[in-house]
Amino acid sequence: MSAAPKGKAKKDKRVGIFVCHCGVNIAGVVDVEKVAQKMADYPGVSFSTNYVYMCSDPGQQMIIDTIKEKKLDSIIVAACSPTLHEKTFMEAAKLAGLNPYQIEIANIREQDSWVHHDKERATKKALRVVKGHVEKALQNESLEPIKVDVKKRALVIGGGISGLQAALDIAEHGYEVILVEKNPSIGGKMIQLSETFPTLDCSQCILTPKMVEVQRHPRIRLLTYHEVDAVSGFVGNFKVRIKKKPRYVDPDLCNLCGECEKVCPQIVPDEFNMGLSFRKAIYMPFPQAVPGTYTLDAEHCLGLSPVRCGKCKDVCDRKAIDYDMNETFFEEEVGAIVIATGYDLYSMQALGEYGGEKYDDVINGLEFERILSASGPTGGVVRRPSDGKIPKSVVFVQCCGSRDTEHHLPYCSKICCMYTAKHAMLYKHRVPDGQATVFYIDVRTGGKAFDEFYQRTIEEEKTLYIRGKVSKIFKEGEKLVVWGVDTLAGKKVEVEADLVVLAMAMVKADGVQDLLKKLKVATDTHGFLAEAHPKLRPVESLNAGFYLAGAAHGPKDIPEAVAQASAAAAKVGDLFAQEELLHEPTIVPVDDEKCSGCGICITMCPYGARSLDRERGVVVVNEILCEGCGACAAACPSGAAQQRNQTDDQIFAMVSAMLKD
Amino acid sequence: MFEPQIMSFLCKWCTSAAADLAGTSRLQYSPNMVNLRVMCSSRINPQHILYAFREGADGVFIGGCHPGDCHYVEGNYKTLRRFFLVKRMLEDLGIDPRRLRLEWISAAEGKKYAETMNEFTEQIRNLGPLHLKELALSGEGEKDE
Repeated sequence: MSAAPKGKAKKDKRVGIFVCHCGVNIAGVVDVEKVAQKMADYPGVSFSTNYVYMCSDPGQQMIIDTIKEKKLDSIIVAACSPTLHEKTFMEAAKLAGLNPYQIEIANIREQDSWVHHDKERATKKALRVVKGHVEKALQNESLEPIKVDVKKRALVIGGGISGLQAALDIAEHGYEVILVEKNPSIGGKMIQLSETFPTLDCSQCILTPKMVEVQRHPRIRLLTYHEVDAVSGFVGNFKVRIKKKPRYVDPDLCNLCGECEKVCPQIVPDEFNMGLSFRKAIYMPFPQAVPGTYTLDAEHCLGLSPVRCGKCKDVCDRKAIDYDMNETFFEEEVGAIVIATGYDLYSMQALGEYGGEKYDDVINGLEFERILSASGPTGGVVRRPSDGKIPKSVVFVQCCGSRDTEHHLPYCSKICCMYTAKHAMLYKHRVPDGQATVFYIDVRTGGKAFDEFYQRTIEEEKTLYIRGKVSKIFKEGEKLVVWGVDTLAGKKVEVEADLVVLAMAMVKADGVQDLLKKLKVATDTHGFLAEAHPKLRPVESLNAGFYLAGAAHGPKDIPEAVAQASAAAAKVGDLFAQEELLHEPTIVPVDDEKCSGCGICITMCPYGARSLDRERGVVVVNEILCEGCGACAAACPSGAAQQRNQTDDQIFAMVSAMLKD
Repeated sequence: MFEPQIMSFLCKWCTSAAADLAGTSRLQYSPNMVNLRVMCSSRINPQHILYAFREGADGVFIGGCHPGDCHYVEGNYKTLRRFFLVKRMLEDLGIDPRRLRLEWISAAEGKKYAETMNEFTEQIRNLGPLHLKELALSGEGEKDE
């Protein structure tokens, strides 16, 4: 402590002071002449003046001329907040041939003249602030922005609506895209939906053209049944290791004759139909699957060997089936990564009192979508899973897991109010004499034409909305009994139902959590992707070069997911429009001579910018990843980590100067 | 009347912006502090704080973003941990820990900034001058009121 050094200031440095009046904004309170005069005598200062508007053209010209004429190495502009004109004066300095990192802005307006009446004390404060900045300037280094090349090719992870939209937009901007989808086909959750609120557009009808467009786009490389295995590098320069899972069918040879499926003896619950129907071990996920090819699901196959079964291989005329395919890995270079990994539904197991796991006729919203869908297990006729009867009474329960801080999830899943209204409406269209009952906490219908749709569900479709939660669902004979409460009437209610649909909360996608860890992108407390700023940077990750799209970022509906995907693509376009990236040089490097390799700074860094060079026993810094917060510098026990142009020495010197009259 | 000297370390993204907003809104407060703007409150290490007291500060103020709002993800949590550490160090050194204050003030809270400055100035005024050099020579700490 006692050794807090102040001796590093370059004594021969020539510092110039420019005190701005800002009309009367500053000069009305701060004695600007006095500040300029007093500072002229301050050690290290070669020139000091004041002027009515420093930011005006003549003001800037004066600064430029003076820098040249007086051969100044550093300048202080005492004026308004640096958030306003720091850039202006940095540019002016550049024109004078002075390194812009030699510019200091002393804030004597927002943080002085505008907040204090006492002229004498405000002037004193201004002097202290300017002195502090002189001390800093004396130790400022000339810096150059760190430049880095950009690989103009993007990786999009996830082939749902968000990923598809992002890939298409980036490709339309003129850049190459690699789209990785872990499932055999693209389409995501949206392809499973029946019709979409509030227009009742058929989901498949509006999505399949996009899927085909993605497949045909000359700049999109579509990799289905692939997974991202590892990512290294940094913005503009990622290296991605991709795993190709064996499909055991060559898509180029497969002509979709379907003979293999007919002979396959293995019957498996069909994921596309949410387990409400069955598929074979060799299958096509759904008729419009892209790419259109069969896939052999090795997990359920009797054994990839003609000795064990081999029936499918025998009937395949095209010789498209190959049991000897293996997992393969390859590496690709990309400059930006869009994460569109989607969501999952909260497990019905978590709400045991609703019997979702016990009773076939208590289903979740996505299962009901399949039942409503023309391509679903019942061909669009509403039949309940247990006995195939047409349900005459359906109870919809909203907020299953959502908005329950105590037991489940504190957040609102956002789309359930609308899709439940849609479910009720579609049910009534299919079963006009049926009764739809909805239990809700609140109905949230913020969105274009949303509330009108909800009103229609109540008024035209005669859906009964009961405000209250459901406590228990159990079976009595063929019927389900729903116990709930009507909080408006203040009564317990009991409703008999043939089918119950639970609006399960939207949660983080389980299958991608390992991937997100590998990408090292920040997530929020619920495992959704965290944005860089909730208001101003909603589609970027805090981790440079990563962009967010869709429900992986939080519950959202289709238009919002599409908008975010397009925004993410535009941001990728911003990045790729640059020939090279410029990164702020005020980062925190390591002095090898002082570094003991303790690694404390590594744990401090939220960006993974620091790592231990085991051979040399010192920490090395990735300049591009470092955002220059300085948390590591404050923690470094040996003073080896010093923030450029805000070193400990500079802070000490500023503190000393600022506390002396 | 005793006019205390306060050294303020303000995070660029939140509290310094709040101080700017207080300015734009012309909120008046006592001019006892000088502000040193850092990128993040986590840039401040205990040495800086102790050094400010040694150099004549009667109070030291640190302003950062609200928990969860840190521009650098979690810098303010690091600041909070160090803050409690320094409070204990101050006590051991015989300096009243109330002379150090940490506040989360967002860029939208100009009023809170101005009020906090007045409040803190008043608090330090009540505590009186620190007289650190004399304290160091006498070997005794500040007396409790």
